[in-house]
Amino acid sequence: MISIFKNRLFWPAAILVVLLVINMFTSRQFVTVQDGHLFGTLIDILRNSAPLILVGLGMTLVISTGGIDLSVGSVMAISAAVACLLIQDLDDQNSVGPVLLIIGIAIVVSMLMGLWNGALVAIIGIQPIIATLILMVAGRGIAQLITDGQIINVQSGPYATIASGFFAALPVALLIAVAATALILLLTRRTALGLLLESVGGSPTASRLAGIGARRLTIMVYVVAGGLAGLAGLIYSANIKSADSISAGNLIELDAILAVVIGGTALVGGRFSIIGTVLGAVLIQTLAVTVVAIGIPSEANLLFKAVVVVALCLFQSPTLREKVFGRLTPRSAAGAEVTA
Amino acid sequence: MRRNYAAAVLGGLLLVSSLAGCGGGDSGSEDGGDDKLVLGFSQVGAESGWRTANTKSIQESAAAAGIELKFSDAQGKQENQISAIRSFITQKVDVIAFSPVVVSGWDAVLKEAKDAGIPVILTDRAVDSQDTSLYASFIGSDFVEEGKKAGEWLAKEYEGKSEPVNIVELQGTTGSAPALDRQKGFADVIAGNPNLKIVKSQTGDFKRADGKTVMETFLQSTPDIDVLYAHNDDMGLGAIEAIEAAGKKPGTDIKIITVDAVKDGMTALADGKINFIVECSPLLGPQLMELAKKVDAGETVEKRVLTKETTFTQEQAKTELPNRQY
Repeated sequence: MISIFKNRLFWPAAILVVLLVINMFTSRQFVTVQDGHLFGTLIDILRNSAPLILVGLGMTLVISTGGIDLSVGSVMAISAAVACLLIQDLDDQNSVGPVLLIIGIAIVVSMLMGLWNGALVAIIGIQPIIATLILMVAGRGIAQLITDGQIINVQSGPYATIASGFFAALPVALLIAVAATALILLLTRRTALGLLLESVGGSPTASRLAGIGARRLTIMVYVVAGGLAGLAGLIYSANIKSADSISAGNLIELDAILAVVIGGTALVGGRFSIIGTVLGAVLIQTLAVTVVAIGIPSEANLLFKAVVVVALCLFQSPTLREKVFGRLTPRSAAGAEVTA
Repeated sequence: MRRNYAAAVLGGLLLVSSLAGCGGGDSGSEDGGDDKLVLGFSQVGAESGWRTANTKSIQESAAAAGIELKFSDAQGKQENQISAIRSFITQKVDVIAFSPVVVSGWDAVLKEAKDAGIPVILTDRAVDSQDTSLYASFIGSDFVEEGKKAGEWLAKEYEGKSEPVNIVELQGTTGSAPALDRQKGFADVIAGNPNLKIVKSQTGDFKRADGKTVMETFLQSTPDIDVLYAHNDDMGLGAIEAIEAAGKKPGTDIKIITVDAVKDGMTALADGKINFIVECSPLLGPQLMELAKKVDAGETVEKRVLTKETTFTQEQAKTELPNRQY
């Protein structure tokens, strides 16, 4: 019993289940089939979690190397701006080929943004928080320049599909997020890549002396984080069929960092958990939906979220758990828990 | 709309003639020619099409009025706006104008401007400072009136009907003047009809994406929504996406009222997806420049200047749409 509580993912999972149960009671259709695909609150939650999951995955990799990427929100805005600007100029916005090409271009642009971050961090040696702050601030300006300060509307069916479409009864946005998660899990857990990342995060110097290309790995994680943020930006903008440079990805870096922390990844680098981050992202999105569903007044939204997050962090704290459970269990068991 | 332009042109002409008169009397007494009026303006951000039209109007009319404009974008954050105003004070601009992001927390920085002898004009949104001597004038729409107009249309629409009407409301940014006032004006009017009931009200932060996600949850958690009242067009447009995804017809199954009347909103109104839009005109640039010149010259100005506005039904939108610039 105690060992379940010790698992870092137990508490986020428990709170997620509680929130989902609340939503089951407040929503008319939790999961149902409508128009030949799944529909309902659960599907809305999963679909809307996709951008945060993608950004969170990139953030997890960056944090595992001991870095941080504050620019993800701005990269989302740039990616959305590039895509919508190009799609707007298409003769036929509904032709699949050109739209796919444009999606590819937007992701490549986002990866170049990541390359810039990576180069500042790994080659020039600027602290990650400062290096990515540059693009965080400048990037939103770039996105506004691209859209000329306007909201660009697109009427492209294929583009809208990546956010609101369904494939095999499942939302496309969710499938994209699941595919990205699976790919990253495969690369980090079935190859030595994950181990190398953890070693770079643990001690860059020791890794370098052991013959690990720490610099190349660091650049790579920022490029991947940029690409994933770009993809998230495309889903965000496809969801509203427009590029909104000011609000796209605004403050998502904080939600992404929160998702990573909830998921049990250490902010100082080293050990990381991909599944934990996905769980954290879905939890944050569920929280946002719950606030509306149970009718919390707008003024109290942030307070409610803060209370849940603080409670979660307290549950996760080994020190607090020892104080609470230590009293209830024999001294030896409590001791074992701490050393484990 | 056309009337507004006419008024603007007329205002501009008056301004030019009065300036000419002024220049004639003063010629030679001022040093050089570079004592152009400098106006520091801090904009909320570019969160919507409305806002960008507002920005454009201010920039264009400043150039037309021969006023040097120092423009700063607060990106929706009060702290950015406060630091922008402080930097205007340091740069010793002649007049400061700004659209407050939120209503409260301005006393300290406004006091600094007052101490520096720089008059402040509020545009579009008000502040809740008790001391009204902290600013020279407030030019902008009456948001309470906008909320009332929305409520009046709805009350008329359901006049004499006995079945209850479930209304959901998408509020603007929590704590902002347009959100508070549009909510109040609307609520005051519909209070007169016990059948009209706001069943859910939540912030969508004036953004399309938030409008969509909040509406998705409204649709799931509230049975039989009859009416959506959104504090701006963009949230309404996001909500339309959610309503369509839920297999309902916006404008028919759920009646939609919004505020602003930007081009995208008017298009949806003409297409029958929105039922009624209360206009909130962003084109206050010419009036602002006139006001800035007056306060700089030390003339007394009215504490409250209203922008001229109207409302649109679906039919009116079809005729007005081709003329919409923003």
